[in-house]
Amino acid sequence: MPSEPTIEATRPGTLVHLPRPTPEPAALEDPRLSDVDEWGRSEHMRELARRLYEPLYRYWFRAEWEGLEKIPTTGGALLVANHAGAIPSDAPVIMHGIESELHRPVYGLADHMFKAVPVVGTMWSRAGGVAAHPENAYRLLREQQQLALVFPEGTKGTGKVYTERYKLRRFGRGGFVEIAMRAGVPIIPIAVVGSEEAMPIVAKVSSLAKLIGVPYVPITANMLVLGPVGGLVPFPAKMRLQVLDPITFDVPADQDRYSKSRVMEEAEAIRVRLQDTLYEMLRRRRSVWFG
Amino acid sequence: MGRRVLITGLSSFWGGRVAEALEADPDVDVIVGLDTKERSVPLERTEFVRADQSYSILSRIVKATQVDTILHTFLVTDSTSVSARHLHEQNVIGTMNLLAAAGAAGSSVRQVVVKSSTLVYGSSWQDPTWFREEMPRVGAVRSRVERSLVEVESYVRDFAEDNPHVTVTLLRFANVVGTDIATPITRALQLPLAPCILGFDPLFQFVEEDDVVRSIEFVTQAGLPGIYNVAGDGRLPWSEVAAICGKRLAPMPPVATEWAAAPLARLNVELPQELLDLLRYGRGVDNRRLKAAGFVYRYTSAGAVSNFARAVRLQKAVGTRRPTYTYEQDVEQFFRHSPAIVREPSGNVT
Repeated sequence: MPSEPTIEATRPGTLVHLPRPTPEPAALEDPRLSDVDEWGRSEHMRELARRLYEPLYRYWFRAEWEGLEKIPTTGGALLVANHAGAIPSDAPVIMHGIESELHRPVYGLADHMFKAVPVVGTMWSRAGGVAAHPENAYRLLREQQQLALVFPEGTKGTGKVYTERYKLRRFGRGGFVEIAMRAGVPIIPIAVVGSEEAMPIVAKVSSLAKLIGVPYVPITANMLVLGPVGGLVPFPAKMRLQVLDPITFDVPADQDRYSKSRVMEEAEAIRVRLQDTLYEMLRRRRSVWFG
Repeated sequence: MGRRVLITGLSSFWGGRVAEALEADPDVDVIVGLDTKERSVPLERTEFVRADQSYSILSRIVKATQVDTILHTFLVTDSTSVSARHLHEQNVIGTMNLLAAAGAAGSSVRQVVVKSSTLVYGSSWQDPTWFREEMPRVGAVRSRVERSLVEVESYVRDFAEDNPHVTVTLLRFANVVGTDIATPITRALQLPLAPCILGFDPLFQFVEEDDVVRSIEFVTQAGLPGIYNVAGDGRLPWSEVAAICGKRLAPMPPVATEWAAAPLARLNVELPQELLDLLRYGRGVDNRRLKAAGFVYRYTSAGAVSNFARAVRLQKAVGTRRPTYTYEQDVEQFFRHSPAIVREPSGNVT
């Protein structure tokens, strides 16, 4: 209730200051109209996105998981995966897959760049995307014990041309390892096969990219086949996802700094494991379209 | 002996409110208010001194009144309310003079509370979802008011370091809404259509004006040192803010937004750079530190907005709620000092 500094006349003409009422600890009135939470997620939007994405997930990409039981059903964990395709299909497939199979929300940590793009940024945020900032990751993993998904390759992974497919880029500066150490959560790598072929980049227009200030402007096979607008549609490559064993670090959480060499070592070890798994999955794959 | 408090910016919205609140506190013996113009709220025992905007007479006042607490509520955070020169003079030079007076040799000052703004965090696409007090801003400083506040805070930090015997509190307030305050945001929400930027629906955080006054009172009484964010719980998208106020949105183009927003100045809604950034990216601050110190908010962000919407509806029906007060020096002098006034021992005017 609104509180005025209480001045009340008790006797005619006398001003007496009443003691200010002590605030009652009752729950505050919070008259919200939408269901957008403090991260910018909206359950309605997510439900809608899930419903729209389900056919794509099930019949277009025919996603198949291996080792899904390695993802914990409670507690925080940092999921890391390889990243590919001009408009990467791996992120929604992983998020949708885990949410529909395990009924656990996954927060996709994406490049800040998203936030600067009209409509896309807002949609991404409503659907469950969070700007990839160490503070955000810490809050999600440590304080809220959620699942967060990062792609350590970042735009270096999505911006590679088709001839370099399934060759992992550098894993940043190992920031994701440091975050997991600080948050005291395991890292769970996920190898994804199929996203490279869903939207392969044939060439890149670097001068235009520099001009408009984006990491890359791709010319994709999809654009060549389906036209510029059709370029938004991914090819129906068979998606296979394999969850690797969780990696835990025997270091105390909540430290200010962690040994950089240890961080880099762990990041490189994860990269190598993911790369080996990818090659192994590709050895087993008979067809790009049928798996 | 009770406290002796100096309030800067007594005629500003906050100064007057804080003085009102402190008058009710029996532990406060003396309240001295300083401003460049006459005050606009009726006060009973606050002494009012008129100063120039850069506060050059401050050291004399501090020495003469032997105040132990300074509440610096004079900082301008709404860049549309004053000119660029004024803004610099008042925020930067005013604070410099204030801190110089408070830190002078033999100064009686033991507590300084500065009312700053979450504008110091800026608003950019690279921001984290929440700013904690010790996190630096991410985006470059683009607007005058932000630059002046960042400078002011650096002075305050230096002052705190040089004067360890003084309790220095820096409060950073989120966007304020309430029954009385008028800011570009509240004016924008009273237009027939609330302006927004096409394709963006940023998350806003608000604090209610009563919570602002209460938090200043709280840190003053508790003697809390440090930096604190003051913002209601929860964040809500701008579209929802407009919806709570019963407004539809009028989108401005995402490019050349400055030009599109310029005509709004005709409607008394000037949207400076820092607010256009806010309408694009929003801002979130972590309010847990002040809550952990024991402060209890009365409003969440959404509660503050809906309280504002209710006040606007009432105002539409009956006009301004508060009776306007004009300071008349002769009348005030008569009531305070005339021997003809019969005084009760408590000091209240009968």
